[in-house]
Amino acid sequence: MITLSHYIVLGAILFCISVAGLFINRKNVIVLLMAIELMLLAVNINFIAFSRFGHDVAGQVFVFFILTVAAAESAIGLAILVLLFRNRSTVNVAEIDSMKG
Amino acid sequence: MELSSSILLTIALAPLVGCVLAGFFGKQIGRVGAHSITILGLLISFGLSFYVLYQIAFAGAPVYNHNIYTWFEIGKYTGSVGFLIDRLTAMMMVVVTFVSLLVHVYTIGYMADDPGYQRFFSYISLFTFSMLMLVMSNNFLQLFFGWEAVGLVSYLLIGFWFKRPTAIFASLKAFVVNRVGDFGFLLGIAAVLYFLGTLDYATAFASAPTLVGKTLTLTQNIHWDAATVICILLFIGAMGKSAQVPLHVWLPDSMEGPTPISALIHAATMVTAGIFMVARMSPFYELSETALSVVLVIGATGALFTGLIGIVQNDIKRVVAYSTLSQLGYMTVALGVSAYAGAVFHLMTHAFFKALLFLGAGSVIIAMHHEQDMRYMGGLRKYMPITWITMWVGALALCGVPFFSGFYSKDAIIEAVHDSHRWGAGYAYFCVLAGAFVTATYTFRQMYMTFHGKERFRVEHHHHDAHGHGHAKDTHAHHHPVHADVAGLHAHAMTDDPAKHGDHGGHEPGVLEHAPKESPWVVTLPLILLAIPSLLVGAVTAKPLLYSGWFGGAIHVNEANNVLGEMAKEFNGWASAGLQGLTQPPFILVVIAFLITTYIYLFNPAMAGKIKTAFKPIWTILDRKFWVDEIYFAIFARGGVKLGRMFWKGGDAAVIDGVLIDGSASLVQRIAAGMRRVQSGYLYHYAFAMILGLILLLGGYWLIGQ
Amino acid sequence: MFNHLLSLLIWLPIVGAVPVLLAGSGRPNTARWLALLMAILTFAISLFLIPQYNPGVSGMQLVESHLWIESLNVHYSLGVDGISVALILLTTFVGILVIVGAWEVIQDKPHQYMAAMLVLEGLMIGVFCATDALLFYVFFEAMLIPMFIIIGIWGGPRRVYATLKFFIYTFFGSIFMLVGLIYLYLKAGTWDLHALAALPLSMTEQSWLFFAFLIAFAVKVPMVPVHTWLPDAHVEAPTGGSVVLAAVMLKIGGYGFLRFSLPITPDASEHFAWVVIALSLIAVVYIGYVALVQEDMKKLVAYSSVAHMGFVTLGVFIAFMLVRDHGNTDAARLGVQGAMVQMISHGFVSGAMFSCIGVLYDRMHTRLIKDYGGVVNVMPWFGFFYVFFAMANCGLPGTSGFVGEFMVILSSFSANPWIALFAAFTLIIGAAYTLWLVKRVLWGEVTNPHVAEMKDINGREWFVLGAFAAAVLVLGVWPEPLIHLMDNSVNQIVQMLAIHKV
Repeated sequence: MITLSHYIVLGAILFCISVAGLFINRKNVIVLLMAIELMLLAVNINFIAFSRFGHDVAGQVFVFFILTVAAAESAIGLAILVLLFRNRSTVNVAEIDSMKG
Repeated sequence: MELSSSILLTIALAPLVGCVLAGFFGKQIGRVGAHSITILGLLISFGLSFYVLYQIAFAGAPVYNHNIYTWFEIGKYTGSVGFLIDRLTAMMMVVVTFVSLLVHVYTIGYMADDPGYQRFFSYISLFTFSMLMLVMSNNFLQLFFGWEAVGLVSYLLIGFWFKRPTAIFASLKAFVVNRVGDFGFLLGIAAVLYFLGTLDYATAFASAPTLVGKTLTLTQNIHWDAATVICILLFIGAMGKSAQVPLHVWLPDSMEGPTPISALIHAATMVTAGIFMVARMSPFYELSETALSVVLVIGATGALFTGLIGIVQNDIKRVVAYSTLSQLGYMTVALGVSAYAGAVFHLMTHAFFKALLFLGAGSVIIAMHHEQDMRYMGGLRKYMPITWITMWVGALALCGVPFFSGFYSKDAIIEAVHDSHRWGAGYAYFCVLAGAFVTATYTFRQMYMTFHGKERFRVEHHHHDAHGHGHAKDTHAHHHPVHADVAGLHAHAMTDDPAKHGDHGGHEPGVLEHAPKESPWVVTLPLILLAIPSLLVGAVTAKPLLYSGWFGGAIHVNEANNVLGEMAKEFNGWASAGLQGLTQPPFILVVIAFLITTYIYLFNPAMAGKIKTAFKPIWTILDRKFWVDEIYFAIFARGGVKLGRMFWKGGDAAVIDGVLIDGSASLVQRIAAGMRRVQSGYLYHYAFAMILGLILLLGGYWLIGQ
Repeated sequence: MFNHLLSLLIWLPIVGAVPVLLAGSGRPNTARWLALLMAILTFAISLFLIPQYNPGVSGMQLVESHLWIESLNVHYSLGVDGISVALILLTTFVGILVIVGAWEVIQDKPHQYMAAMLVLEGLMIGVFCATDALLFYVFFEAMLIPMFIIIGIWGGPRRVYATLKFFIYTFFGSIFMLVGLIYLYLKAGTWDLHALAALPLSMTEQSWLFFAFLIAFAVKVPMVPVHTWLPDAHVEAPTGGSVVLAAVMLKIGGYGFLRFSLPITPDASEHFAWVVIALSLIAVVYIGYVALVQEDMKKLVAYSSVAHMGFVTLGVFIAFMLVRDHGNTDAARLGVQGAMVQMISHGFVSGAMFSCIGVLYDRMHTRLIKDYGGVVNVMPWFGFFYVFFAMANCGLPGTSGFVGEFMVILSSFSANPWIALFAAFTLIIGAAYTLWLVKRVLWGEVTNPHVAEMKDINGREWFVLGAFAAAVLVLGVWPEPLIHLMDNSVNQIVQMLAIHKV
């Protein structure tokens, strides 16, 4: 029997992987974007699971919202990425520090 | 008949009108206009003053004491502008306007070619106004107004030749030193208001006896007698204005001003304001033996020691200046032994003969083309007989030779000191007696060096027509050996002086372009008019002024202190007093001084130099004036500037701005500099911070939940 | 018109600034004349205060009150007593002279300069009229903006540092006042100054409030040790800015003490009066020495302002010792009156001194004393005015500078002779720094060839200096009318001091 905790653990594992992807990755901005997508996915899984076990549809509605926003976000993100590459000829995270105080 | 306030207002305001017209419209009315209008103002003032004196003294007019208008009124405190005219005031008014009038006339000759002609007349008329406000006042407020206003005019007149570095230095010094006196004076007025609750003379004097037993609490254990505090504070003011030791340093330097004002302000009138004030305040001073002893000792010290300095001076005006200091000391001594009438009497005779000596010196200076050093004079008597004779009259009066006016006043002072039993009277008697010898010495020395002996100048006819025969040279800086000591204190001002000296068309000391000649009538007339009272006024007025209580209620003396009253019993008229004086110690000292100086300066001129070398250390002390100037300059002027720099750089710039203001700003900056390191610009750092924050928040929440 | 006289006085110059601004930089002369017209109109209207105000009655007069912010119970309420009337007249008088003084001097955007000056004038009048604490605070803060602009745009080379320092200093101070006022509002539910004066407060509360007010007003006066913004602001400000700053803005500090500290926190004021008195005496002596060694004329006069304002705070706070320790109400009145007269007089004298320096600066473009010397040779009329104002600055009797100092010294002697001793020290040090300045600038030979080319003052400058001189002289010779104007109000304040709140 797959219980709610299984889903939540899965979500947590996915979330941790994505956080690790954010921190450990120092090379590529694309990987960062992917890690963010993964993070959203982890949240989605939680939503679905709670929706299923809590008998509330609102959770599933939220998932659709998130998917849409995530798609838009990654589109914009990729666009920025392209521009960035054009200007700086690199997508190396370690070199992008113009926000430095 | 009661005096009318319109007459009194006219007396005070006529010179002011002259001042304003000559000062603001000098260009329009021209030189003649300026001196006519101011002299007219003075004539009106003098005429009416004389009328007032006549009314008060002979026609039996009652004492006038009324306010003109209210200056401020707050609760029980009021300050007014008003006049108190009694015999003391009336006498002062006549002396002031008379000398001022003569000085106005004299100025026509003395300042003839000066570019600041109108300005000068404006100033001396302003002075007359201020001095009249001072003596006519019926309250402390107006007294202080006059007191400071004469100080202002003195400042303007000492610095009249504003291009001369020494003159402007002297004017600043005079004002600031006077302010030290005024500092005490103002506190004295505050003390009067505190103890008596009024600024009005009549009310204050009437309630003066209530001061007895009152004290001023300075700390919990120190309580000072009220009358003593008031008197000493007021006397500090007199010390400044009347140039008493130790605030005397400004008076010799004030000789940087034109000679007419040296005569008017720094000899005859303004410097005697302190004496007048103390005499006016006699109801207070009679309450405090301590204060009178202080007055006595300070006056006596000044009388002797400043006279000593006069012996070594070579500048003709400075000799007279030191003589003025010494004579002011005599007057102060008289105040100190409660012989107020004696002080005021000496004030009057001194006003005449000292103005005469100054104006005479001025006449000599004109003849010598503005050379003031007596070492380049000598034998002038044949060139300028009127000046010579009148100055001898003044000199003999100053020495106190019997039958001259100075004899009656000075002898009375010496006698009064002799009779007084006040603490310090013994010291004072020694000082005034020795002072008589000193006075005679420097006076005869001055007369001999100037008018007698060999001529120590020569006449060379240069052709510098551009310069003409001008007094305009006065407006240029001079180079005098005597100026060096002032300028030495003031080194940077002096640096360009020798260079300017070269502009004078080869004017070197002791070389004249024209032979000296007698001054024009506008100069000699005042000399003659002053010589008459210098000769006669003492004999005529000694009995009423000194011994008959002529001043009435204006001067208050306790019976126990009334030395003049004691002396009155022995006074048998001016003639016998004069004959008696011939055998008294003061006159014997004068004769000795006469013999010594005559021998040295007429028969054996080389002696002077020998004496100087023999007593080199003493001579140096006197020549450097006991180093008082140097000490003051080092402590107060340099010390003040140093202290100011320390406060400014150390206090304002370093501590307040550096540490507190800019310091707090830089602290913020440093904190921010630390904070900015956190802002690495790397996305993963920010993300990490977010996660960390989240964990901390949740952890904290969880901990609280526990 | 008389029902809204005060509103008219406040808003006329502020609204009048709009057409001046609209005249634009293309028509500078239109802007100047318009501004002058507004200033003269304001002055003329302010003269109506004299017949309209009845000095025989104490309390606020010409009162206006409208609800402003209902939820906070804030009122737009105005009113004047004798002290305010005197200060308003000073403001409108100086307002004209500042416009005239800047006539050709300000060439860069004159319309904006004039407009800023008019707005500033209106706001300052507002401060003196407000009887609602929050309204006072609004005017008090709003005043900073035009001054900030005036120094920041038309100022000297270090104007940025000076404006920042000026702004942050004063803002820092007034924030404490705001906190104090909010506390009072929460406690009393009203901002009305009269009601706040009657509010009973414990000693602790009073102490906190006293220091909150002290910081705000001490910065404004300014008192040692929070005075260092003043020399910098003065040095960098254009002449007109300096004149307004010295003549009117500093007075708001002294005025604030009378309106806030004394009536609202009388017991704390009494308890801490020694702090203020000590700081005032330090201002007189310490700042006197600092002024002595200044090399910049404006800094020297700025420091002398601090020293002179020391007499204002001294006179105000000496009243406590006199009323409560000695029971001498009349001497206390003498002290407070002295402080008030000193405020008005300092307005004229320092305004005139800064105008004089402006005259020199316009010709030589330097303020360093060493660049001058022998100015009187080429500018005799200027020399006359300069010496006159210098004498007023060192408190010569017959000039207004004397009156206030004299009264404060007299009354402080009644409180404690030591205080009078230190206060009277100004006679010496004041004369020393002022006349030394005169000596170095005016007297002597002309050494700098640029000085030799200087022209004497023109008609416009004559007008400005002459107006100041007339005011200084009249006030010095006959101060009674001014004293009479303020007497009842001062008396009322002194009566309030005697009432204990604890």
